[in-house]
Amino acid sequence: MTAAIQVNAVEKSFGNVQIIRDLNLSVAKGERHAIIGPNGAGKSTTFNLISGHIKPTSGEIRLNGEVTSGLRPFEINRRGLSRSFQVTNVFAHMTVWENVRCAVLWATGHRYAFWKNVDTLPEVKQRTAEILDDIHLSHRRDVPAGLLTYAEQRELEIGITVAGGASVIMLDEPTAGMSHAETERAVALIRRLTEGRTLVIVEHDMSVVFGLADRISVLVYGHIIASGTPEEIRGNPKVKEAYLGEEVD
Amino acid sequence: MSNAAIPTSAATKEESASALSFYGIWLIAAAALVVLPLIFSSGGSLTSFSLIGIAIIFALSYNILLGQTGLLSFGHAVQYGLGGFLAVHAMNAVASHNWPIPLPAIPLVGGIGGMAFAVLVGWVMTKRAGTVFAMISLGIGELVASSSLILRSVFGGESGVTTDRTSLMPLFGWTFGPQIQVYYLIAFWVMISAIAMYALTRTPLGRICNAVRDNPERVEFIGYDPHVVRYLAYMFAGFFAGIAGGLTAINFEIANSAYLGATQSGLVLFSAFIGGTAYFFGPILGAILVTYLQLGLTSVTSVWQLYFGIIFICIVMFAPGGIAGILMKHRPLIRAGTLGTVIPSYLVAAIPTLALALGIILTIETVARFSGGDAINLLGIPFAATAPTTWVTAAVLLVGGFLVARITWRRVAEAWDRAATVARDRGYLA
Repeated sequence: MTAAIQVNAVEKSFGNVQIIRDLNLSVAKGERHAIIGPNGAGKSTTFNLISGHIKPTSGEIRLNGEVTSGLRPFEINRRGLSRSFQVTNVFAHMTVWENVRCAVLWATGHRYAFWKNVDTLPEVKQRTAEILDDIHLSHRRDVPAGLLTYAEQRELEIGITVAGGASVIMLDEPTAGMSHAETERAVALIRRLTEGRTLVIVEHDMSVVFGLADRISVLVYGHIIASGTPEEIRGNPKVKEAYLGEEVD
Repeated sequence: MSNAAIPTSAATKEESASALSFYGIWLIAAAALVVLPLIFSSGGSLTSFSLIGIAIIFALSYNILLGQTGLLSFGHAVQYGLGGFLAVHAMNAVASHNWPIPLPAIPLVGGIGGMAFAVLVGWVMTKRAGTVFAMISLGIGELVASSSLILRSVFGGESGVTTDRTSLMPLFGWTFGPQIQVYYLIAFWVMISAIAMYALTRTPLGRICNAVRDNPERVEFIGYDPHVVRYLAYMFAGFFAGIAGGLTAINFEIANSAYLGATQSGLVLFSAFIGGTAYFFGPILGAILVTYLQLGLTSVTSVWQLYFGIIFICIVMFAPGGIAGILMKHRPLIRAGTLGTVIPSYLVAAIPTLALALGIILTIETVARFSGGDAINLLGIPFAATAPTTWVTAAVLLVGGFLVARITWRRVAEAWDRAATVARDRGYLA
């Protein structure tokens, strides 16, 4: 079976500084895969490479078997990959409803249409309402996204990411800055919304990582030093030495 | 959480009420366009209305860029002017070949001209938004404006290209010689264009334009190419600007290089910004005000542009949402019924503010007319620019008005906070 995401020998340099070196990663379809690693290890850069935000210096990235390295983000998105951002990245002056609706439009085939009334497209309306229900923001639908609380914005961020129905979902620290209760809610939400899809998640909260992930990859200095089930990662001496030893006992 | 908690039944009632008021507004607008010249039938007001109508289309087309898509253009008059030139040439061609095309169809030619130019240069221009787009639009604007003086066979050099709007076939007995007939032609296009541009904001493309304005980076991750979105918006803006240019050509029976220039581009930016770019109707208000001021001020003072600048700076500093922004800020207060508590503080603040404004006017006019000119006529009172009493009056109004106004506006802010808090407690966003 082809992997959902296959990263082969990817390198990324900014000038003389090599951020990612010989990165190899394979995420199977339907798998929940967490990427962990110390600060500055290149987790966000890895996300940016896979989602097309930046282009690799060398190497190859495949999405469902198709080479996507070198494509623009929207081209990769149209092939079924959607990502969220570490820093909340919503459409601040538009309402919650419109935020989610915008994320539904391409997937429902309306593209750049300028001859349709956006308010009367039934499948768009229904899907937007469903997503809003899912992220528990139906009661806030007419509020500009910029006026939401932080936790609500994080939920909206996840809603926008999954709204297009992509088969591969990438979440960059979805629970960063959340309280314990908010984190629990967010994890339940992520678990439910990514049911039957492939999930790649970057997360610092180890309880989230070990509770959610089927497989874990450990990234240190732009290189994956270990990849395996949570148990394998826990038992891996290299990981212990490089990372877990200090943060998780 | 309680902020948005309008009960559901109230929301649906509100929805049907807003649908009614929505169509009502368009019908009232159409009726107003029909009735206006019957009430104010003098030649002067007909000319004003015609110019205001054209300015409305032009400003709305500009707002497709600035308000809807977040593109700050310094060269929007290019599409407007080229539409005008194309319309003039089309009118001359139609007349000389006796083609059966009536005058009301000509603005469409202007629109196609404006759009064609947008298609041509737009792909390169809209690659980036922000400063890059603004600079390129400025460059293209200067390029075309200077070309218009060099390429004489197309643009007619300094004197421009003239035409005769009555030389086209009459439509239902209308020759479009009299200004009233031209007014109705313009009013027809104002209505069509405004409806079309409003409808555009309610389409998938229109919504994605807003998304590109708010966050072009994120748009790429929901499947859209922001470059294509900006390009399409630029074409539509060019189309409607071209229609406005075509109407101007019909109205004045001439197209010249001034149509294309930076002054024209600046004026439309003024109109849209002063009116308020965040709401669809903002640029309409701005176009009305700016055109009216332009017509009115030029006959009263020689330094009218200075007043434009002051108004613009005041809007940018104190009301960046423009007139529409100021009006819409009051909506939650009206709904919650707390506007009445703010009005007295407004009335109090109005007096020193007016004094301050009069002080500014007196100062400017004193400087402008010091070395000769008519006496200053302020609210019917004559002031001599060379008299020390005038200077003292100006200084007192200026300084006194400023000091008192500051205190009274602080009171307004306090009254506002109280009213907004009550409105918020009653469940209306403020």
